[in-house]
Amino acid sequence: MRLSKSRIIAAKDFKTFRKKKNIIYSLIFIPLLVAVLIPAVIGYVSQRGTSRTSPAELVVLLPAFLFFYVILGGYLSTPIASYTIAGEKVEKSLEPLLATPTTDGEILLGKGIAAFFPPLAAVLGGSALFMLLMDLTTQGKLGYYYFPTWNSAIVVLMLLPLALLMSVQVNVIVSSRVTDIRTGQQLGALTIIPFAGVYVAGELNLINLGDASNLLIIAGALVVVDVLLFFVSRATFRREEILTKWK
Amino acid sequence: MIETENLTRKFGGLTAVDNVTLRVNEGEVFGFLGPNGAGKTTTVRMLCCLISKTSGEARIAGYNVGNESDSLKIRKLIGLVPDNVGLYDDLSAYDNLDFYGKLYDCPDAQRKENIQRFLTLLGLWEKRDVMAGTFSKGMKQKLAIARALIHEPKLLFMDEPTANLDPESAKTVRDFILELKKEKRTIFLNTHNLDEAQRICDRIGILNTKLMATGTPRELERALSSGGGTRRTVVLLQERATDAVLAGLRRLSGNVTAEGNQLTIELKDPENENPAVIEAIAKAGGHIQSVTIAGASLEDVYLKLVREGES
Repeated sequence: MRLSKSRIIAAKDFKTFRKKKNIIYSLIFIPLLVAVLIPAVIGYVSQRGTSRTSPAELVVLLPAFLFFYVILGGYLSTPIASYTIAGEKVEKSLEPLLATPTTDGEILLGKGIAAFFPPLAAVLGGSALFMLLMDLTTQGKLGYYYFPTWNSAIVVLMLLPLALLMSVQVNVIVSSRVTDIRTGQQLGALTIIPFAGVYVAGELNLINLGDASNLLIIAGALVVVDVLLFFVSRATFRREEILTKWK
Repeated sequence: MIETENLTRKFGGLTAVDNVTLRVNEGEVFGFLGPNGAGKTTTVRMLCCLISKTSGEARIAGYNVGNESDSLKIRKLIGLVPDNVGLYDDLSAYDNLDFYGKLYDCPDAQRKENIQRFLTLLGLWEKRDVMAGTFSKGMKQKLAIARALIHEPKLLFMDEPTANLDPESAKTVRDFILELKKEKRTIFLNTHNLDEAQRICDRIGILNTKLMATGTPRELERALSSGGGTRRTVVLLQERATDAVLAGLRRLSGNVTAEGNQLTIELKDPENENPAVIEAIAKAGGHIQSVTIAGASLEDVYLKLVREGES
């Protein structure tokens, strides 16, 4: 596999995405909104002095809130990843692309890179802002700056990229099987369900998302899933089927 | 450059391409004629290593189609203008070509030079920074041709490049193909435009799932004429054909048509029968300007073979 080919494909896709305003807006505004909104709500509720914002409650809530960015990563990659293959189908540009001296693996990797890095940058930026604003909001209550912690490093630097990778791969698989972008997005968006489940479990204190070992178990599971998905995506991307069955 | 032997492709129970054996020489423009669904696009896709063959053999420049390691080498040698142009609408004409140039490993300097050269030749250089999505059908088709040529392939596959184009755009595309022909590129042209095939192609293959015939346009016409088909004598009179002239001619041929001062008479053997035709006209008081023998046209050949294939 030649990385240079994948890089060329990814660079082309980056250029294309830059022209898609809905993608750009969702990448900028959704992480920004979450980064501002949650600290604002916590700040507002803290001022009213409810029991949910006691220091003991906050140290449970804050890592769970940060986990929200894992869900966001999966959500934000969906429109880009589903566009990568199904979008080429809609523009009927896949046939000339497949006629070039590139392998299926190189095309898939290029598509994966294009769908992975923009949402990653967006959620990393958003989560950094979130942690900063949260620290400013909760420092008075906690008496110290909560973020960064080792756990937050695991969430942001391990779970988030792994979850994003999973979402990208699922979306690429889905979009290489469906015939339109919308269906691809709807099916691909289902990848956030397991992460949403973990988040809700964290909020309900069923899982302690502030516990590093729990986070590492989730990360380990994601590594396994990502490796399996890589092989599935290679197996399901069949150029012949794409050319002969897509109408 | 292209050799196939019993090349076959089936989709489930449907045979799309049936035992096609053909040879296309280097520097030749080969026209692949056939009705919709004849298997032309499937053949091109097999030869471009986009889909697999069910059976048979195919070689491009000595490389085996269907062999994994040869596929990349073949794809490097060829350019494809697919039936759907498939451009990136959100990229400029320049960026579309630049992307493909990079994928074909064109060195920077050569890529830039080729982009400028082909866009200029096709009259698109001034529009190089305009998004391809805003182009007319004709402009998109020209851009797709430039894209297929960006790496200067030895062999160019064109799948109905003038279909759905207005006459002016179609002419530009045809003229450009003729320019490529002068450069001695091998071109495999799928078309169902008989006039286009006759004007551009050195040799023609008529496909209707099976390959019905191959040859130069003249060879095909001659083959039909000598194979029991009828030929025509066209007589130009100095005046409109009178009833007496028509009656005289109908004694010689069952199929005589008159249009103004032109008569068309279908004959089995015009060389031997024309003196009788001339005599009959003169006897009926007609004045002849000219007499010409028209052989079977490529259209006649095409229709005959396609109908034979269907029956």
